[in-house]
Amino acid sequence: MSRLDATFVALRRRGERALVAYLTAGDPSLADTRRLVVEAVRRGADVVELGVPFSDPLADGPVIQRAGQRALAAGTTLARVLETTATLRPDVAAPIVFMTYYNPVLAFGLKAFARSAADAGVDGVIVVDLPPEEADPLAAETQAAGLDLIHMVAPTSPPARVRMIARRSRGFVYVVSLTGVTGVRTEVPKELEGQIRTLRAVSTRPVCVGFGIGTPEQAAAVGRLADGVAVGSAIVRQVERHAGTPDLVEKVGDLIAALKAPLRGG
Amino acid sequence: MRRLPDARGHFGRYGGRYVPETLMAPLIELEQAYAAARRDPRFRTRLAGLLHDYAGRPTPLYFASRLTEHAGGARIWLKREDLCHTGAHKINNVLGQALLAARMKKRRVVAETGAGQHGVATATAAALLGLECEVYMGAEDVERQALNVFRMRLLGAKVTPVEAGSRTLKDAINEALRDWVTNVRTTYYLLGSALGPHPYPMLVRDFHAVIGREARAQARRALGRLPDVLVACVGGGSNAIGLFHPFIGDRGVRIVGVEPGGDGIATGRHGASMTAGHAGVLHGCLSYLLQSDDGQVATAHSISAGLDYPGVGPEHAYYRDTGRFEFVSITDEEALEGFQALTRLEGIMPALESAHAVAHAIRLAKTLPRSRAIVVGLSGRGDKDVHVVARALGTEVG
Repeated sequence: MSRLDATFVALRRRGERALVAYLTAGDPSLADTRRLVVEAVRRGADVVELGVPFSDPLADGPVIQRAGQRALAAGTTLARVLETTATLRPDVAAPIVFMTYYNPVLAFGLKAFARSAADAGVDGVIVVDLPPEEADPLAAETQAAGLDLIHMVAPTSPPARVRMIARRSRGFVYVVSLTGVTGVRTEVPKELEGQIRTLRAVSTRPVCVGFGIGTPEQAAAVGRLADGVAVGSAIVRQVERHAGTPDLVEKVGDLIAALKAPLRGG
Repeated sequence: MRRLPDARGHFGRYGGRYVPETLMAPLIELEQAYAAARRDPRFRTRLAGLLHDYAGRPTPLYFASRLTEHAGGARIWLKREDLCHTGAHKINNVLGQALLAARMKKRRVVAETGAGQHGVATATAAALLGLECEVYMGAEDVERQALNVFRMRLLGAKVTPVEAGSRTLKDAINEALRDWVTNVRTTYYLLGSALGPHPYPMLVRDFHAVIGREARAQARRALGRLPDVLVACVGGGSNAIGLFHPFIGDRGVRIVGVEPGGDGIATGRHGASMTAGHAGVLHGCLSYLLQSDDGQVATAHSISAGLDYPGVGPEHAYYRDTGRFEFVSITDEEALEGFQALTRLEGIMPALESAHAVAHAIRLAKTLPRSRAIVVGLSGRGDKDVHVVARALGTEVG
C-alpha cells in the first residue's frame, strides 16, 4: 500500500478529512521550503504538494505565478527540488506530492524523473497539463518506480471521462472545483456536489478538491463532500506576505492549523 | 501519403493535447464541430464566399522581376498574402474559425496576438459576425505595435496587455488560455498560429491551405509546372504550413522555412527553435522548443513581433525530422535588408516577418540558375512595422 493510500485509510478510520497543503518549492528559497514543509506537517497538513516551478504556468492564477517566478529567479530546478525533498524526507512522515507541468519532467527524462523522485521519497506526482490520453509514457515509469500518478477531473469532464480518469488515477483523484485558474474565490461552486457525486458513483478512490479554496469556512464546506481539501494560493499568499521576516514559518503554520481545524473528526 | 495528424492529434511524436483537464472536453467538442462543419456544404460555401468577397482571394502570384534581377539567379515569385483584407494571411484562418465559433453558438472570442495581425484579423471577423472580442497581447508588443492596438480598439475589441514573463506572444497565449479555461462555456479561443493543442494545428493549417492550393494552380498557369522552391517565414508557422501543405507530396518541390535569427544564433538572442531548440511541451503541444536544460522555456528574440516565439507548430517539427522541410535562419539585420530591397525594387513593403522569407529567397536565388523558380510566401504588408524599421535605421517617425 502506498503512503498516500495508507494516509487516506487512516484518516477515514479517524473520521477526518485530509488537508492537502500546497507550497511552491523554492519560494522564497529551498531552505525556506524545507522549514515550511516540516512546519506544515507539524501543524496539520496530511499531504504536502510541492509545486515545481515552470516558466509558463498556464493553469495558475497570479499568486502562484508570482511564486513560481520568485522560485525560478532564486535558481530553483526540478533537480534541486528533488534534493531538498530527499533531505527533508527523514523529518516528515506525511506523503509528498509534486505538482508541476510536463516540460520540466520531460526535460529531466521520464525514467530518470520517476526513479529520482521515488528515491527522494516523493509519493505522487500531478502534472497539470498531462491528461490521461498523453500520460502513458510517464505512467509506465511512475508505476515501475512505485510513484502514484494523480490525475485531475474538471467541471467540464463528462461522466465517461470522469470514469476513465478515476480508473487511471493513483493515490487519489484531484477534483478541480471550478473552470478557471488557481486562486482563492469567494464561494465554493454550487456544481461541486454533483461533480463529486458523479465521481463517487464510479470510483472508490479518495477524492481531493482543489482550486479556489482558501478559508477555513470553505475548507469546512468542501470537507463535508470530499476526502481531502487542497489549498494552494492562500498558503502561497501567506508565504509572500511574510517572506524574509522571522515570522514566516510560524505564520504559515498558523494558517495551516486554521485550515485543518474544521477537517478534524468529531 | 499518411494523413496527419492521427486521430489523437499527433504528427509522429509531435502535437497532441497537453492541456489541463478543463480544456479536454471543449477541445474534443471543437474537433467534432469542425469535422461536422467541413462536411457541411453551407459552411464551405459561406467560407469560400467570405474569402472571395471579403478577404479578397485569390491573392496574386506576382513575378518580382526587379528583385530577380537584383539577386541575379533564380526567378522570384511572391504569393501576395499582404493584399488580403487586414493586410496579412491571418484573415484566412480567422474567418474559418469565427464561422465555426458562431456555429458553436459562442458569442465571445478570445485571441492572442504578437505583431497584432492576428488580433486585428480576429477583431475584424468579430465585428463582421457581431461577436464580443478580447485580444491578449504582450505588453512589449503593445508598445512596438501601437498602430495595430488602436486598429483593434477601433474595431470594437478589448485589448489586454500581458505583463507576465517576457511580455510577448508566448505570454499572450498563456493569458488567452487562462481566459479560455475560465470562460470555456461561453467563449471560443481563436488561436492564430499552427500550434497549440489538437485540433488547432490541423484547423489553422486547413484554413490556410488555400494559400498553397492557389499558388499551385497559379504556378502551373504561369510556369507551366510547379515551382522548384517554396520559402516562407516560420514563427509558429501558420502562413508557412498553409503554403507548404498542398506541396508536401510533390517531391520535386524543395520546401524551406525561415526562422528568426535575431541578433544571430551564436548570441542566443533569436527565435530559431528548429535550429537551436529541442523537443518540449508548450501551449498544449509537443514540438521543437527553445528551453533551458531543466525545461524552462527560453525567451525568444526577433525584430518582428510575429516571429518572437520560442516554439513552432508540431507539423513543421514532424516534417523537419523526416527531412521534407528544411529550416534556415535570417537575422534581424538581414531581414531589414530584405525589407528595404523589396520596398525599393518592387514598391512592395513587406511585414518584417515576411521580410525574413524575402531575405532568404534573395540569398537562395543567387545560388540557382534563372531556369529555377522560387515562390515566396509574402505573408503580410509592412505598414505596421514602419516605425520599427525607422528606429532600426536610426531615424524616427511620428
